[in-house]
Amino acid sequence: MTNSIQDIETADVILATGTNTTENHPVISSFIKRACLKGTTLIVIDPRKIKLTQHGDIWLRQTLGTDIAWINGFMHVIIKKNLYDKEFIKKRTEDFEELKKTVLKYTPEYVEKITGISANKIIETAKIFAQAKKGCILYCMGITQHTCGTDNVKSLANLSMLCGNIGLPGGGVNPLRGQNNVQGACDMGGLPNVFTGYQKIDDDNVRKKYETAWNVTELSFKPGLVATQMIEKAEKGELKSLYIMGENPMVSDPDLNHAEKALKNLDFLVVQDIFLTETAKIADVVLPANCFAEKNGTFSNTERRVQRVRKAVNAPGSAKEDWKIICDIASLMGYSMDYADPEEIFEEIRETTPSYKGITWKRIEKQGLQWPCPTEDHPGTPILHTEQFTRGKGLFHAIEHQDPAELPDKNYPFMLTTGRVLYHYHTGTMTMKSKGLNTLSPECFVEISSNDVTKLGFKDKAMVEVLSRRGKIKAKLKISSKAVDGTLFIPFHFAKAAANKLTNAKLDPIAKIPELKVCAVKIQRPA
Amino acid sequence: MKKENIIIDDNKLEFNSGETILEVAHRNNIFIPTLCRLKGASPTGRCGMCVVEIKDSDDLTRACITPASNNMIIYTESLKVINKRKKAITKLLSMGNHNCAIRDFHAKDWTSFQLKVLKKDATDQLCPAWGDCELQDLAYKYQVQTRDIPISESSFPIERANPFIIRDFSRCILCGRCVKACREIQVNNAIDFGDNETSGKIIAGSDVALKDSDCVFCGECVEACPVGALVHEKSIKKQRSVKIEKTRTTCSFCGVGCQIELSVQNNKIININSAGRDIVPNNGSLCVKGRFGFDFVNSSERLTSPMIKKNGKLETATWEQAIDVVASKFISIKKESGSDSIGVLTSARFTNEENYIAQKFARAVLKTNNIDHCARL
Ligand code: SF4
Ligand code: SF4
Ligand code: SF4
Repeated sequence: MTNSIQDIETADVILATGTNTTENHPVISSFIKRACLKGTTLIVIDPRKIKLTQHGDIWLRQTLGTDIAWINGFMHVIIKKNLYDKEFIKKRTEDFEELKKTVLKYTPEYVEKITGISANKIIETAKIFAQAKKGCILYCMGITQHTCGTDNVKSLANLSMLCGNIGLPGGGVNPLRGQNNVQGACDMGGLPNVFTGYQKIDDDNVRKKYETAWNVTELSFKPGLVATQMIEKAEKGELKSLYIMGENPMVSDPDLNHAEKALKNLDFLVVQDIFLTETAKIADVVLPANCFAEKNGTFSNTERRVQRVRKAVNAPGSAKEDWKIICDIASLMGYSMDYADPEEIFEEIRETTPSYKGITWKRIEKQGLQWPCPTEDHPGTPILHTEQFTRGKGLFHAIEHQDPAELPDKNYPFMLTTGRVLYHYHTGTMTMKSKGLNTLSPECFVEISSNDVTKLGFKDKAMVEVLSRRGKIKAKLKISSKAVDGTLFIPFHFAKAAANKLTNAKLDPIAKIPELKVCAVKIQRPA
Repeated sequence: MKKENIIIDDNKLEFNSGETILEVAHRNNIFIPTLCRLKGASPTGRCGMCVVEIKDSDDLTRACITPASNNMIIYTESLKVINKRKKAITKLLSMGNHNCAIRDFHAKDWTSFQLKVLKKDATDQLCPAWGDCELQDLAYKYQVQTRDIPISESSFPIERANPFIIRDFSRCILCGRCVKACREIQVNNAIDFGDNETSGKIIAGSDVALKDSDCVFCGECVEACPVGALVHEKSIKKQRSVKIEKTRTTCSFCGVGCQIELSVQNNKIININSAGRDIVPNNGSLCVKGRFGFDFVNSSERLTSPMIKKNGKLETATWEQAIDVVASKFISIKKESGSDSIGVLTSARFTNEENYIAQKFARAVLKTNNIDHCARL
């Protein structure tokens, strides 16, 4: 997030898109709902009539995969009505003219044709957003999990810059990160192209710094594979071995049938986890690890706040802390990795990571700090880009709408989107161990509009088969007021009816995020 | 502008315009008891505990709804105030089934009171909030003699129809904190005062069970309830005689990173609460996963020892054997097929320190940049 969670409550207008906040980030949703009680205008733009729409003033329903079009439409209106922040654009940005040229053709009428949002609504809502002093944009995986995910994100940044909302309390472009420490995993260099703090691996100076710090030679400058590419290469036999920790790609990956085949094709699969997950079951070696309540360390939350994790209970059996397991393997391979405790590791992180340099465990004993925090007397950074962007000036990106990789047709007439429910988390390895959570959300379902159910001649709660070009699953229909005609929603948590057997593994060319949010399916009576 | 002052118990204190007497007092660490006030929400003014005496005024005033004014002189613990509070406590105790033995309490010291309760604790009828109840604390503090107060039966049966929250109307003092927590803090709008405010019931939806209402089991109301009317289903199984250790940490589910406090007894988590209303980023709020979804930690399905696949089956092994297989396999694959034929998937559930170690392992030991995690999914 460019801004802080606390900030949300001070916005004049909140634009929430592709985030089912009440179910995925419940506590953040309370900040939004409280803001609404105090008079903030809430605009929800989502293909489903999610709960947040009950608290909002405006709900616009875009056809799946048409986000660039509505955002360009908004910008078209804002420029035409002269509601953009000229001073901000002049002082802080580049390439505005390019943007202007591109969005010229996105008239409200043209955008209506692509998105299904009426031209009037586009004009009215764009005006409301632009006229607010502090406009906060919130988004989540409904924006990123598309073949055009990167462009969606850039488009939202365009919109925010156009209105001069960056670097402002109560403004900003704020992605809500899904898993608890996604932010930290990225910050720490758990990515194929960067070391900690997003320092590039192809920068000779950076590599040299790490070679010295780690006392090694010849660190690779070749960008590595992203997770989805690893699966691909495994299937082709080019990747021989995978060491998977705390992840369950056998349920979370798109096009699961394909992922399973790929993993089984590996020569050697190591899985380190707290449970015998679907993925661990096919491993060659399984290593038992500690869970969050059994370890010391830090997590970085979605607002870049580094916070302490503390050990409260002992781990079962001979399970070990993950860092210890990795260090043991490294040492046996001839490279000594020896730390007394996680705090010593954190000290090493500080040494090589400018944005974490000023954070110490002592400083965050009572309250976490938000990076960048370059020195020990720096208070942390609640709002990014207040003076300038990371690259100096903010760059506008002229972006055209592109259709999703797969659209409904005669054979597969429904659009499918996937997501989470309040009571479960990711692949359910943790939440499905709770009787209570299972009682409240026992099984997979296919959310559908009552019109569609009638049209198909089914009944509510009927068991059906949902098929895509890649696979099929069985689940019960669930008529819901959240659903819109022609579009189905299936939560992806449940291994028994894994929605990801249906989804499309087609990737965004830059972020390599698969298009989990749109594919074409059909429904039929189970054989 | 000249600052305005209020005098509370002989302390001259500055205040901001609009601040209530209670807010000024609490800001300055002056104790005024409240049972209905909830920080961050509008006051209900229902419990009558926060009465104070204003000099030269005959009636006592409720500090929670009275704004501070210049040169006001306040006494927070005058005899008149104490007697009024005693009466209020007596009234609250007589409203329901407050059988926590504070009622028999007659002895002069806390220890004998505790011993007595422990002896009685063989029954599970004893209020589960015992020892963690604000009404009990105040009854003790103000030495309310309650032997003669009759226990009144509740006209509403206890509700256990959901897996997480027990609603025991017989202990409800109708303070309204839960309603404020649900409607003004979480804004879930699941519960409300009944139509007839004196009917004595907080209702969910149109007076249905919580599970059939808009309740999303965030548990905010449970944390707000000052007494034993709303309790965690799990926490009633705690043993009163074993010490509870509390550990502050960060929730491990979503990216909000709520600050939580684990209550642990016998190496088992028995309860999770927020770390407090003043603590960012969640300011005392949690969701159903963070508050109630901790069964997995102590699950019997947890992996407890390494396993190695032999003849297509995973078999238990020692750490030495497992680490040895992994290290030698990695070495031989690296040698035969090159560093880039191995990939590492680290985890968005790992700590920062562990993620750092994982990428260091991939880069410095395996010599590959094939390191990623599932953030994209
Ligand atoms: S658990 Fe949450 S949603 Fe349910 S009644 Fe309590 S505060 Fe409201
Ligand atoms: S349930 Fe608890 S918080 Fe709610 S009114 Fe009753 S005593 Fe107060
Ligand atoms: S308590 Fe809920 S909202 Fe808070 S971090 Fe945990 S899962 Fe997220």
